[in-house]
Amino acid sequence: MPRSFPIIWIAAFLVVIGVELFIIDNLDPYVVAIIIYAGINIILASSLNLINGFAGQFSMGHAGFMAVGAYSGAVVTMAFRDNYPAIFNEPALQPFVFIAAIFAGGLCSAAAGVIVGLPTLRLRGDYLAVVTLGFGEIIRVILLNLESVGGARGLTNIPGITSFFWVYGFVLICLFVITRLVDSPLGRSFLSVREDEIAAEAVGVNTTRSKVTAFALGAFFAGMAGALFAHYLRVLSPAIFDIQKSFEIIIMVVLGGMGSISGSVVAAVFLTIIREALRPLQQITGTDYRMVIYSLVLIVLMLTRPRGLFGTKEITDYLPERWKARFGVRRVSPKES
Amino acid sequence: MVEFFQHIVNGLSLGSTYALIALGYTMVFGVLQLINFAHGDVFMLGAFIGMYTAYALALHTSPSLAALMITLLAAMAGCAIIGFLIERFAYRPLRNAPRINVLITAVGVSLFLEFSGQIIFGADPKFFPQVYQPQGDWMIAGVRLNPLQVINFTISVTLMLVLQFVVFKTRLGRALRAVSFNHELASLMGIPTNRIISLTFVLGSILAGAAGVLVALSYPKIDPLMGIMPGIKAFAAAVLGGIGNITGAVIGSFILGLAEQLIVAYGAPTYRDALAFVILILILLVKPAGIMGVHRAEKV
Repeated sequence: MPRSFPIIWIAAFLVVIGVELFIIDNLDPYVVAIIIYAGINIILASSLNLINGFAGQFSMGHAGFMAVGAYSGAVVTMAFRDNYPAIFNEPALQPFVFIAAIFAGGLCSAAAGVIVGLPTLRLRGDYLAVVTLGFGEIIRVILLNLESVGGARGLTNIPGITSFFWVYGFVLICLFVITRLVDSPLGRSFLSVREDEIAAEAVGVNTTRSKVTAFALGAFFAGMAGALFAHYLRVLSPAIFDIQKSFEIIIMVVLGGMGSISGSVVAAVFLTIIREALRPLQQITGTDYRMVIYSLVLIVLMLTRPRGLFGTKEITDYLPERWKARFGVRRVSPKES
Repeated sequence: MVEFFQHIVNGLSLGSTYALIALGYTMVFGVLQLINFAHGDVFMLGAFIGMYTAYALALHTSPSLAALMITLLAAMAGCAIIGFLIERFAYRPLRNAPRINVLITAVGVSLFLEFSGQIIFGADPKFFPQVYQPQGDWMIAGVRLNPLQVINFTISVTLMLVLQFVVFKTRLGRALRAVSFNHELASLMGIPTNRIISLTFVLGSILAGAAGVLVALSYPKIDPLMGIMPGIKAFAAAVLGGIGNITGAVIGSFILGLAEQLIVAYGAPTYRDALAFVILILILLVKPAGIMGVHRAEKV
């Protein structure tokens, strides 16, 4: 346990409340939309980093987890709205419904994560990557065929509850849990599995449990992000959660550095902004350069700086020594391999 | 019953194109233990090179078997160069890097080909010129044989036999098998490993290019993202047959082709795209070595 509850999390939470109350309404709706997407991407990237970066299990199906969370979360709120309109329309109770929906999304997704995590007992490396890719696609095909959630037409008329406060509240929860987790014995076991699975097993780490937990937790937060996304966009279709979406999240993780949470946060924000910055170019030329640039970044990064921007370091590692104690930084940087 | 045989014929035809692509995956995996994600996109480029060649030489104005052959050869040559370039500039600098980096690069190359393809060729589907238009179908015992399917199948099988000959009967093939067995030992025996790895990519890309033209001939709508699904499915087929094993890749592809055709005919057509993944996952869980493969235990 920390020596003192890190004041920085409380401060960050107060900042989120302050922004929600005083700043967000004065901003251009377009800017707000970008900020909200950035927050959702932060959750997605840091949760994928837990699987890919910390536990070292290269997963390529994160969009699938996001889809499970998005659909199940949306179904929960819509069921409430249609069956218990009294509760749903009561302003004091609606947030609880929403929290329940987001947790339902997270839990359904975590269940999917366990199902995908189980094959990791036998697979590693490239095979695992393809199988997770396959799981993501299977989820998409199943959603495409489920008429109860709209099938190919998609799910429409989802209540739009997600706001700045909700997204960044969950961003903080997600980051808090992940940073704490990485410093815990369980998180250390993730790192040991990444560095050398056989050695980890030899010293008594339950590698199976570590890998499945990593998948379940990563999927849980991806599901939350999906549920937030669903209640912001208000329409869902299986086509949103295709391979390309998974790749986008992977690029965030790789660019930021596999094994660096602050790297994922920076990369998620950066890529969300870049995407919007490239939009005028796209309108002029009529073609989408975004994915070409993404893919070039990926290749050049692997050829020149394969550990990403931050490697396995955190932003707090760059602070002066006397600040570290104040922020409660106890993190031991894992071996730079 | 006739209907069933009809599906078998269609399945074999589909399987033969999967086989051409799967061979590239399995050979590259054999020598580098790398899933070349860009392989499906080389297949796509084959179709586009074929299309541009056909238009440039005005081959579609006089459809004939010779025109088809010219298109095919142009696509194969173009893809050979692309395969060489991909290996030389994306994979070779990472020869000693961790495998995950190579994997990410492969994904990057794949995305790059797909989306720069969208910019260069345009995102909307293009019509592949009819370089060969056989007249009428052949009927054998009530089963309709489209001459295109027959030609497809014949060319595929011929190319596979040529590959079999190259790999098992020539000095180059022996070198290739040596490299796939052990890089370091092979180079100690005086085998130029880098050149052999290039050759592997070139051979695989040639087959993928041919598959591109053959598929485009039967399904003449081609677009820059057309390689994703066949690529992943062919990979599934290669794993099903035992990755790294050439005969296995062919067998796996035919099984997958038949299974897809039958699920479309008798089961749930909308689940067609999920079938390959289900097979892939089941095989990896139950028998990771595939049908023909030998399981190699991972050593410390």
